[in-house]
Amino acid sequence: MSRTIIPFGPQHPVLPEPLHLKLVVEDETIVEAVPALGYVHRGLETLASIRDYNQMVYIVERVCGICSCIHAMCYCQGLETMMNVEVPSRAKYLRVIWSELHRIHSHLLWLGLFADGFGFESLFMQFWKIRERVMDINEATAGNRVVISVNVVGGVRRDLDKTQQRWILDELDKLEKELRQLMKTMLDDYTVKKRTVGVGVLTAQQALQLGAVGPTLRGSGVAQDARQLGYAAFDELDFEPVTSPEGDSWARSKVRFMETLQSMDIVRQAISRLPDTELAAKVPGKPTGEVVCRVEQPRGELLYYLKGNGSKNMERVRIRTPTFANIPPLLAMLPGAQLADVPIAALTIDPCISCTER
Amino acid sequence: MGLLENWINKGRLKSPWVVHFDCGSCNGCDIEVLACLTPVFDVERFGIINVGNPKHADVLLVTGTVNHRNKKVLKNIYDQMPDPKAVIAIGACGTSGGVFRECYNVVGGVDQVIPVDVYVPGCPAKPDAIIDGVVTALDVVKAKLGLGEMPKVTVID
Repeated sequence: MSRTIIPFGPQHPVLPEPLHLKLVVEDETIVEAVPALGYVHRGLETLASIRDYNQMVYIVERVCGICSCIHAMCYCQGLETMMNVEVPSRAKYLRVIWSELHRIHSHLLWLGLFADGFGFESLFMQFWKIRERVMDINEATAGNRVVISVNVVGGVRRDLDKTQQRWILDELDKLEKELRQLMKTMLDDYTVKKRTVGVGVLTAQQALQLGAVGPTLRGSGVAQDARQLGYAAFDELDFEPVTSPEGDSWARSKVRFMETLQSMDIVRQAISRLPDTELAAKVPGKPTGEVVCRVEQPRGELLYYLKGNGSKNMERVRIRTPTFANIPPLLAMLPGAQLADVPIAALTIDPCISCTER
Repeated sequence: MGLLENWINKGRLKSPWVVHFDCGSCNGCDIEVLACLTPVFDVERFGIINVGNPKHADVLLVTGTVNHRNKKVLKNIYDQMPDPKAVIAIGACGTSGGVFRECYNVVGGVDQVIPVDVYVPGCPAKPDAIIDGVVTALDVVKAKLGLGEMPKVTVID
């Protein structure tokens, strides 16, 4: 049969971001998918030679707006390891709280976009409605809705007082109740399952071979989560990686749904155990040496390679983002799928192009 | 001006359709643009609908800096929109290049490539400011139709 090439993106209604795939199709079946990147490349690493290592915290936050807090946390942890700074334990717990709040809002955002992807617009509206509670928490505690800038090298900038802690717990209880009401529709509904079950299957072996990370990996039944490394205060908190063995789009949406509930649990644990110490340690000297730091983003494992040369500017700030690791698994999922299923499969890796291209 | 044209203009100003293009943004402004469409901010009460096709749209929302690869895409989208149209640059990056203006692959703000009518600064711009920006853009469209005066302030504070 003759082959046709259909472009998917860069400006596509399903994705707000410019992901471009060239789809080679036979009739309506995908034979091959070729990605084309570079539409949002800015060249962010150049800024390391202009801004000093403290100012770079604000730059790395803007690698990706959705998981900004976690990018800054990873960068700060890397520098703290490099410069042998002991972070106060309250700061570690506060970092956990804000990063898990970011995970909740990112997953709710994705669940909404995913619902919109298969044409269930009212479910999209519901998820985004309840997500506003997390945005309100961010705005009330850190002063901004999305890019919250709470991390500094050596600790955090802001504190949570008793009233704020109580209010966050109240809001999370309400959020959990509202989220559980949507669980049946998202995971059990007949029409939703028709679009998601069996679409974009990735076996556990494929996922490991292609280096999938995050919910894409855990949706194939591999229990691997960078939070198990025990960075920040995660070594003192109880949680188990959420997995689902099916490996299809439904499994990945289930993993994200359950992780949202898990993150709420982690925030509650962290607030109940919040120790009473200082917020930030003094950072003496200039960074020298090199370090690799890994954290778990909502989309998977994020890796920073930092190299300092004793001056106030960093020599290298190399970032490997989860979406970059998840693109080969996406290309493995697509052949054999129907053209109409491409947006669903592409969404299930939760592509964050601005992270990938920087 | 004929009766039909009057009627079309009225509809145009009462229900502007927007198309959103991410032009190298960090996603912060994108999710705020999407948040405008959802129940809490709900721009549909002004008749604003987000469409995927630039040929259906009256207002172009651009987030993020322009780089050498996507400036052609941005120009294409702008050219495909029917007149009268308005362009809103959202976020610090859209207005001037923001924190990325010194990067090698960044051309600068959106106004380096296409004419911009309304600027909404902020990092990221808040949904309330974006809604204000779209409403101001409607006045710009109105002025372009010759039905009103050009708004004095086109930078939303």
